[in-house]
Amino acid sequence: MSVMKRVSMMFRAKANKALDRMEDPRETLDYSYQTQLELLQKVRRGVADVATSRKRVELQINQLQQSSDKLDRQARDALAVGREDLARDALTRKAGVQGQLNDLNTQYTALQGEEEKLTGASQRLQAKVDAFRTKKETIKATYTAAEAQTRINEAFTGISEEMGDVGLAIQRAEDKTEQMKARAGALDELMASGALDDMVGGPRDDIQAELDRMGAGHDVDAELERLKGELGQGSAPRQIEGTGTAADGAAGAAGPVTDGHPTQASPADQPRAGDGA
Amino acid sequence: MIVRILGEGQLQVDDSAASELNELDAKLEATVERNDEPGFESALAELLTRVRSIGSPVELEALDSSELILPGEGATIAEVRKLLTGDGLLPG
Repeated sequence: MSVMKRVSMMFRAKANKALDRMEDPRETLDYSYQTQLELLQKVRRGVADVATSRKRVELQINQLQQSSDKLDRQARDALAVGREDLARDALTRKAGVQGQLNDLNTQYTALQGEEEKLTGASQRLQAKVDAFRTKKETIKATYTAAEAQTRINEAFTGISEEMGDVGLAIQRAEDKTEQMKARAGALDELMASGALDDMVGGPRDDIQAELDRMGAGHDVDAELERLKGELGQGSAPRQIEGTGTAADGAAGAAGPVTDGHPTQASPADQPRAGDGA
Repeated sequence: MIVRILGEGQLQVDDSAASELNELDAKLEATVERNDEPGFESALAELLTRVRSIGSPVELEALDSSELILPGEGATIAEVRKLLTGDGLLPG
């Protein structure tokens, strides 16, 4: 038999079973209304639970994104100082982090979907519960117990279908959030234990340490060069500057000052300076 | 007639669509029988798309029960089997 008919029969059978248990039709109304209010509470708690899980995943995504950005920066820095090995190391770790991130993003989307579904379910149920309350009072006020039976049955069956639907949505969302909680917990533990530090470079960030060391070394070299330049006035750099004019006799102008030594030295230096450049 | 899509709500669908929906439903039923998950997924998607396109939402305050109830988007064969045995339905 058809899937859709069978499913609707299951819902109806559930409602009928519950109706059969009730002796006084009016009691059915009040009892059902109580159950509806409880379910409304439950679905609202469900929405809050899913939202909490979603925010937790969001937090983890942000943390891992920062790690990924950092590793990316480190790879660039490493390449800039010619350390391809370090860059490769950073990119490998980044790939690991990226894998975790993709997984978390999928979870995040799923949780967002559940949150939306539950919010919708909560709104639909709220509307029906309100309608039921109105109808309940009308039925109580207007009809005798015998007359009320049919109307009560109708209203009850209608709302119990909605409640069954909402109940399924809650279960589904609970299953999903339980899975997510377990995974989020495992990831939190991983982060706390430092196992993930090897991957993202936590407190013991060896890539950064190496880069810092090289960065410091780089500065020292540059400083050294600068000092050499300052102290060596009139030495190599100066002479290279002067060689351009030495040939056309400008060096000859300097000749009288140094008794012609520079003029002789210049031609000899020139080929060397040229080779060096 | 009123058709409910689980997780989405109720839709009013013209009675004239019954035979078309039954056909799509028969396809769905066949996939459940031969445990064909990919087939089930596409047959369900087709059925849901059709119902959504020809149906108009029933007002939220209505307390009418549905003639037909469809599994929601993303449901699996296992979930449908559970539905058909009445497991997982909260007592109304």
